Amino acid sequence: MRVVAAAVCTLVLAGSAAAAGDPQHGKQLFQTGCASCHGLDARGIRGRGPDLHGAGAAAADFYLRTGRMPLDSPRSEPQRSEPAYPSDQIDDLVAYIGSLGGPAVPTVDPAQGSVSDGQRLFAANCAQCHQIVGRGGAMPGASIPTLLHATPTQIAEAVRIGPYVMPRFGPDQISDGDLASIARYVEYAKHPRDEGGWGMFDIGPVPEGMATWFVGALALVLLIRVLGKRAGE
Amino acid sequence: MVGGAEELIRKAVRALDERLGSAPLLKKTLRYVFPDHWSFMLGEIALYCFVFLVASGIYLTFFFKPSFQHVIYHGTYAPLRGTEMTKAYESTLQISFSVKAGLLIRQAHHWAANVFVAAIVLHLMRIFFTGAFRKPRDINMWVGLTMLGLALFEGYAGYSLADDLLSGMGLAIGYSVLMSIPVAGAWLAALAWGGPFPGGEVFIGRLYIVHVLIVPLAIATLLAIHLAIIVRQKHTDFRGPGRTERNVVGTPLWPSYAFRSLGLMLGVVAVLFLLGGLFQINPVWLWGPYRPDLATNGAQPDWYIGWLIGALRLMPPLEIHVFGYTVVPNAFFGGALFPLVVFGFLYAWPAIERRKTGDRARHELLDRPRDNPWRTAVGAAFFTWVWLVFVAGSLDQAVAHLQLSYVQQIWIFRVAVIVLPIVVFFVTRAICRDLQRSELHPLDRRPTRVRRGPSGGFETIED
Amino acid sequence: MIRWLVAAILLLFGRGKPEPPPTPGLPPRPTHPRAELLALALLALVPGAVVVFAVVYFTSANTQLLGLTLGGAFAFAAAAAALAANRILPQDTHVEERPELDHPVEQAEVEELVAEAGEGVTRKRLLVLAAGGAGSALAGALVLPALSCGPDATKILSESPWRRGRRLVDEHGEPIAAHAIELGGTITGFAEGADKERMASSVVVVHVRPDELDLPPERTGWAPEGFAAYSKICTHAGCAVSEFRYPLYDPTSPKPALVCPCHYSTFDVSTGGHRIFGPAGRALPQLPLEIDGEGHLVAAGDFSGRVGPSWWGVRKS
Repeated sequence: MRVVAAAVCTLVLAGSAAAAGDPQHGKQLFQTGCASCHGLDARGIRGRGPDLHGAGAAAADFYLRTGRMPLDSPRSEPQRSEPAYPSDQIDDLVAYIGSLGGPAVPTVDPAQGSVSDGQRLFAANCAQCHQIVGRGGAMPGASIPTLLHATPTQIAEAVRIGPYVMPRFGPDQISDGDLASIARYVEYAKHPRDEGGWGMFDIGPVPEGMATWFVGALALVLLIRVLGKRAGE
Repeated sequence: MVGGAEELIRKAVRALDERLGSAPLLKKTLRYVFPDHWSFMLGEIALYCFVFLVASGIYLTFFFKPSFQHVIYHGTYAPLRGTEMTKAYESTLQISFSVKAGLLIRQAHHWAANVFVAAIVLHLMRIFFTGAFRKPRDINMWVGLTMLGLALFEGYAGYSLADDLLSGMGLAIGYSVLMSIPVAGAWLAALAWGGPFPGGEVFIGRLYIVHVLIVPLAIATLLAIHLAIIVRQKHTDFRGPGRTERNVVGTPLWPSYAFRSLGLMLGVVAVLFLLGGLFQINPVWLWGPYRPDLATNGAQPDWYIGWLIGALRLMPPLEIHVFGYTVVPNAFFGGALFPLVVFGFLYAWPAIERRKTGDRARHELLDRPRDNPWRTAVGAAFFTWVWLVFVAGSLDQAVAHLQLSYVQQIWIFRVAVIVLPIVVFFVTRAICRDLQRSELHPLDRRPTRVRRGPSGGFETIED
Repeated sequence: MIRWLVAAILLLFGRGKPEPPPTPGLPPRPTHPRAELLALALLALVPGAVVVFAVVYFTSANTQLLGLTLGGAFAFAAAAAALAANRILPQDTHVEERPELDHPVEQAEVEELVAEAGEGVTRKRLLVLAAGGAGSALAGALVLPALSCGPDATKILSESPWRRGRRLVDEHGEPIAAHAIELGGTITGFAEGADKERMASSVVVVHVRPDELDLPPERTGWAPEGFAAYSKICTHAGCAVSEFRYPLYDPTSPKPALVCPCHYSTFDVSTGGHRIFGPAGRALPQLPLEIDGEGHLVAAGDFSGRVGPSWWGVRKS
């Protein structure tokens, strides 16, 4: 039952991706776009934004490419949106933050993972928040994003850094091989096997209840309306 | 060909009559009159859903294995290969993927359950708002309400059998609500489960026999009583030309009504098969197997249990304990007290109304909702209350998919379930009174004729 | 195309038959040739759809095509029946008298008949009382076998596999190394050797900073190095309390908590599992932890309270 992880270990430290950016240009971008919360030296400003020394390229890549940073206000919840910077500028920013130390951007190859291992790992570690096929969910104090738009790299980054209020999982708990399996399952779950017809977003009984009333019951009420008469007819 | 058929009919009628003396009864049956209003067929939808549920359910029993024995899955669905699961869940996967037309029947069965309860609820509302529960039919309303309660339980038992993640989470909540019953709860839960949660072979065996035999048998018996009482009392009717408290005006069973009903039966089956083939319901393979330490976000029951999860979620964290004894655990309020109040209100309503109006007469002609503004307003407020609690059960989906804060919404709903029914009461009463005055049809605004009366005032003329 | 041809032929044959002579004294029934033609066409579609259904069944067995063809067959038949009922068959309106439900004479007779049973009985009340008592006793006797349905509840609810020295294992049965769980991480643990499915078996371990903890004084040392364990079964309705939120940057984020995804009861992991939101009426029981010589997580005793949903005696035992 032990996940056969070591054999399919695919994560490699992707120094090359970070090296593509220009840390000097990244620093300039940082000082205009990020310094109001994180400070000119990226040491953080108390109550506004954390020290980014040690955050690493992984965190910068995750937050910038999913459009979660920059925030409108330090207290608002980071949520996925269109990235604020073009891709090459994100490369520069990631290179700059990476130069301050911390984990590099992980590389993950879902093809090396196993979809059934991924399903079991996802059910045990992720489904309680992200829903069993990754459609997102609820939690008091935060909203939990859908994984429909998450790339395998972003999934690996999120697992390792624990963005916002998400817990963090190190390689001794979820190995790099496990991570590939999780990424593969999430890719599968974006378009799961909807054998039964229209999946209605794969979120369970709420749309099923709506279809019960607005398709099934409505059609039958219309049918009896045609078959029967109105008062006084 | 037609002549041959006539000969056949003659022979059959004679043969039966000579042996059973059935001709007078047959004649009476064929001439049995059904009033024509479309809303009188809501209950018939539920009837045909029940027939469909029994037939499709029998088919499913040929393949389903009610067992909590653990196996490793080696079937065709790749994401679960190698996963440990119970035979109950494995056989549900097999019905879905390996039995030809198995998924169609399984899904149509599930849709039939959903539509069954929806039709009963619509039927109940029709009965309530037209005053059809008044003497002599209060007794039949109680039979119907009991069937509704059994239908809810039957549906819950049905989707709990599959032992997927959602059904296991639902059973955990059901176990907790049973535990929460004051004094006897823990004892009752241990009796029902035959041991500690999640129970073993004994428990799923019990759940299975309850779902495939005991509750369906109870529903079928009550259904027979329900229909026998209707035949004895004959159907109600709306007021209209030639209609009195002493007669029934409408279409005879043969031939017109029989074909109308046949059309409805075929229509129900058509809708259920179309839903079952085109709209995916309860994709158990996506939810994965249940284990008490696993959970998925956004877990929901089927719609007809949604009002209970809503009540469990809305209830503030009150738990009454005296001298160390937990007199009322929290889950009791939402999971047991709330449905008791709702069903208690409905069972008691004929008596409540009799007490308020002092009307003890027999009623065969129905009220339109506007004819009794007080009843309509109370009913509208009551159904609004239950509906709001029901909607509160799906707020987590609203958070995930509409980006609304869960905590704020819970507070909004805690206020709304108290305030809105009161508002609805007064608004409904005002609308009813206004409609009574104007005599307009609420939907098509048919013009009415108004004439000046002898005293100089205006009055409307009924057609 | 062929179906339409068949329908047309049928129609011609049907028209060829002489109508029966009209009953004298009654106006002749109106005929509906167009509705009949439409009904014929619909009926002809039914076997067509069934044939396609059969073909699909024996080939791909695709659920959508099966549903479409079978549902379609029933829909055509339903439309034909509806057409027959409302357009083709005689649209007569009949009037029936309602039965009288009230029979005052018979009511009195029944009352008398029932009362006759008591004539000549001298100790009527005593006998009725005794019979009632006997009946209740018999009912009670029949209830007793029902008690065999389940074991003694208080016994099974007080069972716990946890005691000092019992190791925590993951779902594969491997002991859990404390260092494997990062700060802000979580893992599900089970009592080593116990049935994983029992409510008291599973715990959720969280790793927070030791300075974030503010446990009650009697629980000092229950969360070594910031590793705290709580029962995974919600005290409200028995679901798995498995959502763990841990802020990456606490000044701007909600504080660490465990949340149950069924009814969103939220428990504060820093203060010993107290409820901070949602319907739960009780704190989440905490399991005292130790880290053994090999760095594995080990229980230092039993839970702080009873595990699982509340019942009458949950605060007693």
